[in-house]
Amino acid sequence: MAINPSDSKVSPPGKKTVEAATRRDSTIDHSQVRINVAEAARIDRSSRLPVLVGFALAILWLLEGTILGDIASFKFDFPDFLSGQAYLTFGRIRPGHLNAMIYGWASTAMFSVSLWMMPRLCRTPLRWPGVALGGIIIWNIGVYLGIILLLAGVTDGLEWLELDHRTADPLMVIGVAMVGASIWRTLAARNVEHLYVSVWYVAASYPWVALIFIAGNLPIYTGVESAAVNWFYGHNALGLWLTTINLGLIYYLLPKIVGRPIYSYWLSLIGFWGLALFYSLNGMHHLIGGPMPSWMIATSITASILMVIPVVAVGINQHMTIAGRFGALRYSPALTFLVLAAMSYTAVSLQGIMTALVSVNRITHFTHWTIAHSHLGVYMFVTMALFGGIYYILPRLIGREWPSANLIRAHFLLVGLGMVIYVVTLGGGGVLQGLQMLDPSQSFEASVNAARPWLLTRSFAAVLISAGHVVFAAHALMLVLRGRSPVREEPPFFFIRPVLVKHE
Amino acid sequence: MTRISILLLGALATLIFALVILVIMPGALLSSVKAPPQLKPYTDQELLGRHVYIQNGCVYCHSQQVRDPAFTSDVARGWGNRPSVPADYVYDKPHLLGTMRTGPDLMNVGSRLPDPQWHLLHIYQPRALVPWSIMPSYSFLFEHKQTAAPGDTVLNVPKPYAPTTGVIVATDEAKALVAYLLALKHDYPAPAEEGVTPAATAPTP
Repeated sequence: MAINPSDSKVSPPGKKTVEAATRRDSTIDHSQVRINVAEAARIDRSSRLPVLVGFALAILWLLEGTILGDIASFKFDFPDFLSGQAYLTFGRIRPGHLNAMIYGWASTAMFSVSLWMMPRLCRTPLRWPGVALGGIIIWNIGVYLGIILLLAGVTDGLEWLELDHRTADPLMVIGVAMVGASIWRTLAARNVEHLYVSVWYVAASYPWVALIFIAGNLPIYTGVESAAVNWFYGHNALGLWLTTINLGLIYYLLPKIVGRPIYSYWLSLIGFWGLALFYSLNGMHHLIGGPMPSWMIATSITASILMVIPVVAVGINQHMTIAGRFGALRYSPALTFLVLAAMSYTAVSLQGIMTALVSVNRITHFTHWTIAHSHLGVYMFVTMALFGGIYYILPRLIGREWPSANLIRAHFLLVGLGMVIYVVTLGGGGVLQGLQMLDPSQSFEASVNAARPWLLTRSFAAVLISAGHVVFAAHALMLVLRGRSPVREEPPFFFIRPVLVKHE
Repeated sequence: MTRISILLLGALATLIFALVILVIMPGALLSSVKAPPQLKPYTDQELLGRHVYIQNGCVYCHSQQVRDPAFTSDVARGWGNRPSVPADYVYDKPHLLGTMRTGPDLMNVGSRLPDPQWHLLHIYQPRALVPWSIMPSYSFLFEHKQTAAPGDTVLNVPKPYAPTTGVIVATDEAKALVAYLLALKHDYPAPAEEGVTPAATAPTP
């Protein structure tokens, strides 16, 4: 079984100290735990099936969401493109893209990532793997049903909560509860005393997402309260689900790949509880200037500014963990994606705090700046982290290395370059659009014309990103299908061998 | 941290705190908001139109809120004569406040553009009326007939967009959508806030 060397590099096999460390409990410092390769492989086997099924479904969603996103993007440049049929109209394709990416791609991949991480962190086989697998499948049936209904014109009409509350949402609640049950059952059966940072994030995310999803989808709200609940949900889906699972993933893999512990336990604590407390209150900044009681918006602006505390804590913590070891990026594709994701988390959070300020928001609210911002978050942070996770996890579960280093490079360059073009040009275009809209002497036409060139560059970026996704999906398929070919001994980025751990 | 209970209770406590502040408290406070007398409940046709509006995702490009003139140009732009207030939305379920203005705000579109024929043609093909528009055509809300039947609403489509033969007739859905748009008029004076109604503040003799 070919194992990426980072597992064994941390503690070169054959040394007496390794055995001793393997047996040592983790009561003080989890990073001192030495899980040996055999034990890691045994634990990985327990979660193998649900994790692989989740990744397969997620990659399928990635491709489907990409097609929907591309169609939506080109509709800005060519408004009569595919406008003859109701199910192809922009107002259905766009939420189709969002739901496919958030609930199809990201959430399904995050189920897999958590089901893979949790047993390793608890040092025990995954409990109730069948329940977890069933949960992933039921969730996916719910999302497919919801998106097909959405395209057919059945929608709850709230952004991020479009999927039908009578059919799709109950399936999704059951699905996430089943995956969460497996996660928490594994946590309860843990063989370690200390709970590592990633455990906090991953375990807390499941009750969080279940609660906000139920609260957000209850069909009992009217008027502006419906708006308040809408953005309470919309923002927390990002903050207490997409962000937390992926921060947990970064917290786990970053130290593991570079071979040194997280910089500061206390910064991790501040980051986690600060996020839990402040992020959950951020939602109303989506309604600045709107017809809400002003104390609600003031609360959210204040909480948004306070987010600087956990964001900077996490940023420093992760940066100091990798600082001085950036050379390792050249050999580990997983690390490259994860470091970019970690940096994007800091960037998108600071950008979000800035956007919550009224002086900035009066320009950027209601413009494409918001779309660029959300792609910096959901793509550059969440999706990049998940790519990193998949690059690390899949070879370990399949027992073979990725077939081609060049395909990984092509994937990284296409999506990285595409996303930089996307965020920079559309973000800038949004500001230009907003400045025109803020000036009452300019006609509305000026704001449309100000945005149009940047909508076109976004479509160009979308083509690059889509090509990257095709490369990635094809490569994952190659990895799975190369069943009978000889096992490759070396990891894809083998031409540079950095010294990862200096033994004093 | 070494205890699961602290993790679980802490995680639930922070979220429930936020739920109380941003969902439960506002729900209780806003439940007392009454509809202003000038704001009429939607008719069945307008509700169907609102359904068509939701189904086809108009909200992804059009907001329905006039913001504070102190820091926005919404009023100066003619999108309304005053900022929107919670009472303007008591009949809205779900809300359609929106987060994007790829197209203009529609809070008072019924006052600003009162011509139903204009709206029908604009929905059929926006560029027939507004050459720079990037709004999609909603031709699927219209029927292409060879000859109009009695009672049909026939569109007067200008040259490049007109069919070579026959006529374009609005479906009930298109007419309902226009009825809904024309009902979007929130330019009556803002209702006084609870507790500071003129009657309450007027000095008693």
